[in-house]
Amino acid sequence: MARYLGGKFVNIIVSLLILATATFFLMKAVPGDPFTQEKAIPPEIKAQIMAHYGLDKPVWHQYLIYMKNLFQFDLGESMKSSNRTVTSIIADSFGTSFKVGIIAIIVSVIIGVYLGMMAALRHKKFIDNFFMFIAVLGISIPSFVVGAMVQYFFGVKFQIFTVAGLEGPLDYVLPVVALSTLPIAFIARLTRSTMLEVLTSDYIRTAKAKGLTPHAILWQHGLRNGILPVVTYLGPMTANVITGSVVVEQIFGLPGLGAYFVESITNRDYTLIMGITIFYAVILMAARFVTDVLYIIIDPRIKISGGVVKK
Amino acid sequence: MSTQLKDIQHSEANTQALFEKLPQRHKEAEIITAESRSTFQESWARLRKNKYAMTGMYVLIIMIILAIVCPMLSPYNTYTNDLDNTYAAPSAKHWFGTDNLGRDMFTRSWRGVQISLIVGFTAALIDLLIGVAYGGIMGFAGKRLGNAMNKFAEVLYAIPYMLVVILLGVVMGSGLFTIILALSITGWITMSWIVRGQILQLKNQEYVLAAQSMGASGGRILFRHLIPNTLGPIIVTVTLSVPSAIFTEAFLSFLGLGVQSPDASLGSLISSAMSSWTLYPWVMAIPASLLCITMIAFNIFGDGLQDAFDPKMKK
Repeated sequence: MARYLGGKFVNIIVSLLILATATFFLMKAVPGDPFTQEKAIPPEIKAQIMAHYGLDKPVWHQYLIYMKNLFQFDLGESMKSSNRTVTSIIADSFGTSFKVGIIAIIVSVIIGVYLGMMAALRHKKFIDNFFMFIAVLGISIPSFVVGAMVQYFFGVKFQIFTVAGLEGPLDYVLPVVALSTLPIAFIARLTRSTMLEVLTSDYIRTAKAKGLTPHAILWQHGLRNGILPVVTYLGPMTANVITGSVVVEQIFGLPGLGAYFVESITNRDYTLIMGITIFYAVILMAARFVTDVLYIIIDPRIKISGGVVKK
Repeated sequence: MSTQLKDIQHSEANTQALFEKLPQRHKEAEIITAESRSTFQESWARLRKNKYAMTGMYVLIIMIILAIVCPMLSPYNTYTNDLDNTYAAPSAKHWFGTDNLGRDMFTRSWRGVQISLIVGFTAALIDLLIGVAYGGIMGFAGKRLGNAMNKFAEVLYAIPYMLVVILLGVVMGSGLFTIILALSITGWITMSWIVRGQILQLKNQEYVLAAQSMGASGGRILFRHLIPNTLGPIIVTVTLSVPSAIFTEAFLSFLGLGVQSPDASLGSLISSAMSSWTLYPWVMAIPASLLCITMIAFNIFGDGLQDAFDPKMKK
């Protein structure tokens, strides 16, 4: 187990290093720099600014310095928002994205699994068809359309919720709705198709023969196997949602990570671009790592010996 | 007890008398009366029985025809403004009304559908070509090369595509071509993983060994034997990658990173409607509905195709 997880961990570190290198050179390969503006700065001052951020050195030298700092967990200073470190910008904005995102994920899992289970139980009945039609809608309608709709109807027309911002707990409702539409639909479909398979298997028949209540069969025996694909899907999905959706943040005026990321790229704020890219990758890979561990815990059939997963 | 036994024996003798042994006709028994059908014919027959999928397919065909025909037949173009007629409600003159500059929404909306479909199909085609070739080689190559190729794909997958889109936009200018290129840079990876998984499963089958023992080259085995056997999942993935490309284009144009005004895309139309649609609902409702209809039709059709190609999964 330890060897298996250790191997995974080394793999993550190597991937991160390659990603950081690739992003660094990709970014530098594009013409332009953070200090080219419409109003030209005197060349002397510009040279001074460039020297301050180390941009006067050859690219490979800049790369070495960046990597050295990265190993000390120093992401540097933002080149546009003066006197703010990249770490503090990420820490501030990630808080917002995380709070909204994690609520959206919890809501999606509860509603998605429930809808999927109900659809599987009433297979080919009205409820099944109806829920699956809703799920297709959820997958097809883009989040910015959902966001705009709920904002108009519940914010402007009926004025149940505020239009934008995150002041009180009720302000979370609309962004969470916009963020969780797609995951709910996806999880419902996934749960339904797995549960249909699970419910016809032998051990469910055995459980029925033993006289267990339908409730116990469904939630204790069925769900345990039915949830596995959802766990797989949930890893990358959580990483995606908690790092913030640019459009949802734009529509509801949330100061999240997504908004900063687009701004940093258009501003060519090198350190901030690097910082956010690496941060995204860390979250994504951490989510995958947690998924692998969860898998071993949930599914006792998976055995690990000599650092290799065996089933 | 014994009387019952006798009865049974008696009835067995009776039944035997009722039957007559016929000469076996071996040759006729071997004749296959059912018409022989290829995998594609089988799948098509299954697809045709699926009402939802067929509805999706017809809606798609109608959307494609309308997207080609409507901008051509319309007396207006996408960019001429009519400042006396801004935000005109839908009427006989302007079927879908006009926007903030008095441009005809009918022409602009259908141009948007056109762009969505162009982006969707081109991106899917590029994904198909690169993804199948890369995934095929990744699965068929030895362990070391396969793992190295997989690592490369994983790293590429982790680069945020927003970064690629914006940087490409700086170099090449924002527009249709940039979006398609940016989508293709990372879009093929999912396809290559699916093909790789399939090839890894198939490459230990007997027919591969047979081909090898007859001296077929690696390339021939891969492209003539293995890839044709993975066509089902490939077709399904392509069908589902079209709506995902359409969605990404709409999303980027919504953020102002995609198709630029005066050209119109569904995403940019929705984005420019954001500020005014509470007063003039049609500027939002029409492009948003067209986008949703296209996406729903593709997803329903893709689901049906999945069931048709993989009847085991059919629930």
